[in-house]
Order: sequence, then C-alpha cells, then structure tokens
Amino acid sequence: MKNKRAEHYDRLTHPLVREDGVLRRATWEEALDRAAEGFRRNVARHGPDAFAMLSCARSTNEMNYVAQKFTRVVVGTNNVDSCNRTCHAPSVAGLSAAFGSGGGTSSYKEVEDTDVIVLWGSAARNAHPIFFQHVLKGIHGGARMFAVDPRRTGTAQWADRWLGLNVGTDIPLAHAVAREIIHAGLHNTAFIERATEGFEEFAASVEPWTLNVAEQVTGVPAEAIRELAHAYARADRAQLCWTLGITEHHNATDNVRALINLSLLTGHVGRYGSGLSPLRGQNNVQGGGDMGAIPNRLPGFQDILDPAIRAKFEQEWQAPIQPRYGLTLTDMLEAMAEGEVTTCYLIGENPVQSEADSLSCVKRLSMLDHLVVQDIFLTKTAQMADVVLPASAAWCESDGTFTNSERRVQRVRRAVSPPGEARDDIWILCEMARRLGHDWSYESSEQVWDEVRRMSPAHTGMTYQRLADLQGIQWPCPSEDSVEPPFLHGRLWETDPAKRGAPAPFAVLRHSPPVDLLDEEYPLRLTTGRTLDSYNTGVQSSGFASPLRKGEQIQLSPEDAARLGLVMGEDARISSRRGSVVAPVHIDPGLRPGLVFMTMHFPDEVDTNVLTIEATCPIAGTAEFKAAAVRVEKLLHAKVG
Amino acid sequence: MTVPLPPPRRLIELTVDGAPVRVPEGSTILDACGGADIPTLCYGDTLTPKNACRVCVVEVEGARTLVPACSRKVEAGMVVGTSTERARHSRKVVLELLASSVDLSTTPRAAGWMEEYGARPDRFGTDAATVEQPVKVDNDLYVRDYAKCILCYKCVDACGDQWQNTFAIGVAGRGFDAMISTEYDAPLTDSACVYCGNCVEVCPTGALSFKSEFDMREAGTWDESQQTQTTTICSYCGVGCNLTLHVQENQIVKVSSPHDNPVTHGNLCIKGRFGYQHVQNVRPPSPVRDESLPEPSPDLATGLRP
Repeated sequence: MKNKRAEHYDRLTHPLVREDGVLRRATWEEALDRAAEGFRRNVARHGPDAFAMLSCARSTNEMNYVAQKFTRVVVGTNNVDSCNRTCHAPSVAGLSAAFGSGGGTSSYKEVEDTDVIVLWGSAARNAHPIFFQHVLKGIHGGARMFAVDPRRTGTAQWADRWLGLNVGTDIPLAHAVAREIIHAGLHNTAFIERATEGFEEFAASVEPWTLNVAEQVTGVPAEAIRELAHAYARADRAQLCWTLGITEHHNATDNVRALINLSLLTGHVGRYGSGLSPLRGQNNVQGGGDMGAIPNRLPGFQDILDPAIRAKFEQEWQAPIQPRYGLTLTDMLEAMAEGEVTTCYLIGENPVQSEADSLSCVKRLSMLDHLVVQDIFLTKTAQMADVVLPASAAWCESDGTFTNSERRVQRVRRAVSPPGEARDDIWILCEMARRLGHDWSYESSEQVWDEVRRMSPAHTGMTYQRLADLQGIQWPCPSEDSVEPPFLHGRLWETDPAKRGAPAPFAVLRHSPPVDLLDEEYPLRLTTGRTLDSYNTGVQSSGFASPLRKGEQIQLSPEDAARLGLVMGEDARISSRRGSVVAPVHIDPGLRPGLVFMTMHFPDEVDTNVLTIEATCPIAGTAEFKAAAVRVEKLLHAKVG
Repeated sequence: MTVPLPPPRRLIELTVDGAPVRVPEGSTILDACGGADIPTLCYGDTLTPKNACRVCVVEVEGARTLVPACSRKVEAGMVVGTSTERARHSRKVVLELLASSVDLSTTPRAAGWMEEYGARPDRFGTDAATVEQPVKVDNDLYVRDYAKCILCYKCVDACGDQWQNTFAIGVAGRGFDAMISTEYDAPLTDSACVYCGNCVEVCPTGALSFKSEFDMREAGTWDESQQTQTTTICSYCGVGCNLTLHVQENQIVKVSSPHDNPVTHGNLCIKGRFGYQHVQNVRPPSPVRDESLPEPSPDLATGLRP
C-alpha cells in the first residue's frame, strides 16, 4: 500500500481579522484591539459569564496560569477549561473523589520494579512508547503483564494474558475481579479497615457479578478473569495503568472509580511499586489542570469553593473570585447553543475537529458573537474566528514548564525563534489584559512561575534552578530543601489515624452499557484511538513524512470483512446515526468480529468524529469516543469524479 | 513512609596510573578512570558492554592480556595502566584496522585519536579490503551508510531487548561479510522498523544519521560549530520525554535525548525524534507583494518600529 502524505499546515506568521466575512492580514495593534473590544462588548452586554476561555493543554504551565488568571481577574468568570475534558478529566475526578488529589499515584520507575502490571484500556506500546519501555523493563525483570482491551493491540502482544472485553463492559469486568478477590479471601482486610470506608456496601454491590455472569456480559472467559483477580491480589506490588479506553465513555468517572476500587481492595496504592497511573495523552494536560485552567480549581488544584483559598488568591490578585464553579468545555458548547456564552477565547485547541459529533460543534461555535483563536496554525477552528492571533510553539519557542503523567514538572526551553510575527502566548495574554484595563507585565516565564510557587503549596519548592539540577521534580514539592517520595498517598499506611487522614471511599457503581446501542441497522461497534506515528487531529503530525503513515482506514476483523465482501484497500462507507464517511478497508486480525476501529488523525480526509456520539460523562464531561454504533457497507459504484 | 534505596555498595580501592582511586563495587575500570582520556567506540552509557571494538583496552598488572576498560569490573588492589606502551600500541593497531576498512570521517574524535596514537591505516596498502558500499536511503527520516559501520552492535542492542524491543535489525553474514541488516535485507519500509531512531542515538560513527543531517552534509552545509543544543520537552503525549534540539540557523536539524534522563534514558519514539517539522513549515513569502495587504506590522514585542 502506498504511503499517505497528508497536506501539511503552514505556520501562522501574522494576525488575521475578519472583514466582510473573510480573514485578512492585520497588524498586532489592530488584531489585539479588535479582540479586546469584542470581549468588552459581550461582557458589558451579557455579564462575565458570557465569556469562555479554552486554555491549551499543549502549552506551558506558566501560560495556563496566566490564561486562568486572565479569565478570573480580567473577565471575572470561572469559565475556563481545556481539552483535558475530552480525555482524562474523569481520571482527575475519580482520583480526587477517592484520594483528594487528581494525579496518578506512581512513577514510571515503579513500573520497572513491580510484580504485576495491568494495562487497562491502554495501547501504551503505540500511544505512549517511552512509558512502555519502562513496562518492558518490568516484564524483562519478571513482572506479569495483563492487557485489558477490546483490541489485541501491540500492548497485548507483550502481555501474559490479553482480556479482550466487549467495548463498555469495564465495570462488569472490574466488579467480577473484585468479587473473585473477596470470595477467594485475597482482599487486604487490614488495609480496608484502616484506610478505606464503604467496603460492606461495595462487597454487596459486586456480589451479582460472578465469573460466569461477567463472562456473558464482557466476553472474557471466566478463567482469565479469575487469573487476573488472583494475580493482582496476590502480588506484593502491582500497578494499575489506564488510558482513554477507560475515560472516553459516557460513564467514564465510574470506570475510573471501578479501577480505584480494586486498588483499595488489595492495598495496591500508597506504596512503592503499587499504585494507579492514568497515562496522559497531551504533553501538559496534567499541568493545565494543576495551574487552575479548569472551572472548579484554582492553581495548585485548590478548590474554588473553599473561602480561605479564595481569600488567599483575592489578596494576591486584588480581585474578587466568583464563589462557584464555572462551565466545563462540554457545558460551554451547550451554553453556546443556548446563547448564554456569546464570546470565546480559544488558545491552541481545535474543537471543530477534536470534539465528538463535530458537525454540532461547528454549529455552536458559529453562533458566537465574537470568537478569538490563538494558535500556531490556521486550523479548521481558527478559520471560523473573528480574530486569529499567531502564537509561538510552546515546546520549542518559549520558556516554561510542562508536567507529565508522573507529576514531574520539567523545564521547557526556547530553542528556536518563532516565525514571522508569531508571539509568545503570555505576551499576547498580557497585551489583551492591558487593553481591558489590567496593566500586566511579566518579564519572564520564571517570574510567572515564582508567582505560581507562592500560590500553590504543591509547587513551592520547585525553583527553575532545582528543576534543571534534578531533571524535573514531581509534585507535591512544598519545600526547597527536600524531595518527596515518588508515589502519593503513603499516608494511607500510617498507623496513627491522625496522620492517616481521610479514609479512601469505595464507590458503589452500576453497569451502564454504551449509549449508542447496536441494532440491526447499526450492528458494528466502532472504537477510536491513536496510531504510533500520528497525533490527534493530525495538524501537528502531518508535518513530517512518516514511512508508517497509511492515512485513515476502517479496520475490520477478517470475519466481518469476509461477511461484508470487503477486501484490503477498497473504499467502504461507514455510517452512524449521526453521519457517514468513506474510508479504505484495512483487515486487522487483532480485532474481534463485531468490532471496528478508526483513528481521528486525518479529519481533513475522513472526519471520524462525524460518526462518534456526544454522550458525555455527567461528572467529568468526557464524550464517548470509544463506542459508536455503525454500519459498514460496500460502495456500489466507483467514486464519482 | 518509606522509599526503597539501592543497597549500600562497598568502596573498592585500586591504583590507576600510579594514583589510588576509590569507586563503588561493581564499577568498571572505565568508571574508575574518570580523569584519563580513554577512547571508546562500542561502549554505550545506556547499553550493556559489547567488547566489540577493543579501542578502550588498558593494561592490568598480572593479567596475561589487555582488558577492555568499558566492561571489566574493578577489583580490590588492581593496578591499572591506561597509557602504557602496550595499551597505546594496541589502540594504534585497532584504529589502523578500523580506519583501513571503514570510513571514519564522521566518527567524532577519530581523527584526533589517530594522530595521538600515530595510527597509519594506509600502511596496509591501497588495495586493503574495505566495507565500502552504497548508502541506503529508503525513507525520509534516517539514512544507513554501512560503509561507516564498525559492527559495534549498539544499534542491534538498542533496537532489541535492551530498549526498543522491536528487533528490526540483526547481524547477517559472518566474518568480514558480517553486516547489520533488516530481515532478508529488505528496505526499512518493508521491515519491522518503527522509526524510533534509538539506533541513530547510539551509533558511534555516523553510519546511522538523520536524513536532515545526511542531506546537509551532502550539500556541504552541515556545521556543528554553528549549532546550539537545547533540551526541552516533547509535545506529543503526556509521558514527558526530554528532547535535545540541535538547531542550525534557527532550523531544527536533529533531535537527541539526554542519556541520563529518568524518563527517556536517551530513547524516543518516531514522533519525538522526527516529528518536529510542523513548527518550521512556513510558507515562503510571495515575491510579488499583494497590494491588498497592509504594510507588515511593527514588532511590538521588542519595540522595534519602522
């Protein structure tokens, strides 16, 4: 098959403003004046909550700090969020509900030193290749690895056992594992008594999920479920890692809680080598949330509803903070449809192509009175804007920090100058603030960071110098004189109840199958994901010539392909209840009959998110990208034209 | 709260070039010779020693043969000579044998070592056998020039079970005909290669190089003295790999990763290693100025006004 070389995007090199319906070149003065004027107009007319900020999970901590400060201080609303909503918000919600903190509890190194590794809904071999090298070290060192995934992925090929469950049956599987552990007497009663609460109710709730019932629902053989349960519970140390296979569901936070339950049952949390790791998909999705670029937290993941916390920030910022949560990305899109959000400042995001049910997203953005997009490319979203501001690429054209999946804050350094008139995000935000009556100026990213360190106890000990000397520091780091252990929640193992703190609650959960039901008309389950060489909406990864890139494909099991009379390479039509696309067929023996797979990397050729459903998690707001009902058909005629 | 620490290691005392040295048990002679400038080729700081090139040999008192410093562990009371006549002569011969058969023109420091040890590879005559062969350019990301390969096996180890676990390359043939090869010598595009470039990262001679470096060398524009190296963080996923960007004239020309980094240990994936081009895809300015466009706007950030 010939390699696909998608059209690449060119960098934005000067500001653009919309005039008579088209974008034309403008000076920075004009573009910034226009952008600020539109925000002022809408806030004056409808109040600050008509404004929404989409901050960038790709940009630095420093930029995210300034962006949320802009939203809260300059505009006066908590409507700030980022695309973490489309991936790992449920992990943050689930972990903070159980432990009071939204970060993964372990470090990469611990995966090398553990005894059992469970990769649940995680194609890490291809999606997080360098994390998987730590997993491979663990496997070579004797750890057993279990892959739980509907697809037999590259990860599953390294597993001792692959548990190929039906899409959306993670809770039944986790419940069956829990029941088996309890019935075999392998649960850690000392840990449960001391460090958790709600065990009795939890044990009762999983009681119906016998191995046989679970086999019926999940499609995983009872014996394999039993083996996972016994291996996980008997291990001295065990790591439970997950990715979007858990979180891109309509009941995603429940999925996360179901996995956390297993760690509470066995005591596999809060010790070296035992923990829970959500693997993040974007370079700074952890940091964006840590910096308060989410509607319910101030920098340092501090709750906005806590009056003492608010008072501290009001003192520093000399501005009142609304004592209520703002809108999530999902709420914002709905509020746009309702006319409640009328203006949006969108930094480095491409929701037109990244959101589920993309057509309705376009409709909603087009209802805005004033849309400002700040990006390095003229993305499909930027093409809808009233003002487009060319930014520098955070990872190589600006200074600052990112925070990775093991909570490690690391220095980002400027290696090249941005092209043309592209400007640093922080400079742009400050210019915007100045035009709206706040005379901000930061000399350097370090000055922003030092403000973060003053406001967030978890970051206080991380000077730029220490970050460089220690090759990054994991939070929490409250003191400049010490480094904390690489894992979180060691307190749960303290013998003194006062030191142990709040017990971690078990969650009682119900199984809720995917919203988009299979029927005769739409009999196949479509799940989506990433490939090794491409990234998200492809705007970034289309820039280099990957020999591995094949373009978008509809991947089918050999059985389904034979039944539908489809052969490798021929175009087929894929339809869901929301839309329809055409893509070439690829036959993958790693797929089971009834399951089909597509990526979302080539939306300009095949817009996969026309098919996906915008059924969202009520707690975290993440859409069910992983489960759509579709039909695949042979094209009757050759392509016209 | 407990964090496991590695078990304490005894300190071993030995003598290097007449001076006493104390290093932790399990260290190699190379570790113990911090100060001495011992040449190495097949040694990799992230790989298990392979003992292939023999250019790091030193003399150990009482040992029948010279020992490779990169792999021989220190022992109490060992007396090591890093620059004895025997060691220097051996290094000279090793360099002569390598340089007479392999193109060492892009091996860092090779020219300096040849001079230091008085190596004369031409003494074997002009018809000495070489591994000269055409360069393999079969993809847009990296190039294989096996005329520069000294068969140190580092790329095979990095691709295999020491890091990448992809096993796309191995050693084919025996004796002088041995060479690094994909299965059936297929082009990379028909091999198991996943283009992580971790082989390029460890290659000591430039036999494996970025296509960008290869092209610039061909064009005569590759100039390391004009390059900066800046370590930053990859933007492709949440793992947080450290990237060292090699920049010449404001263009990224090559990407590596620090070998002592706790996240990467010098390894990257295809996106981190080769996926930087998007930031430098800039449309060249149109030669004819479009009258409908306004004058280029002033540089606000630096206050430079026309």
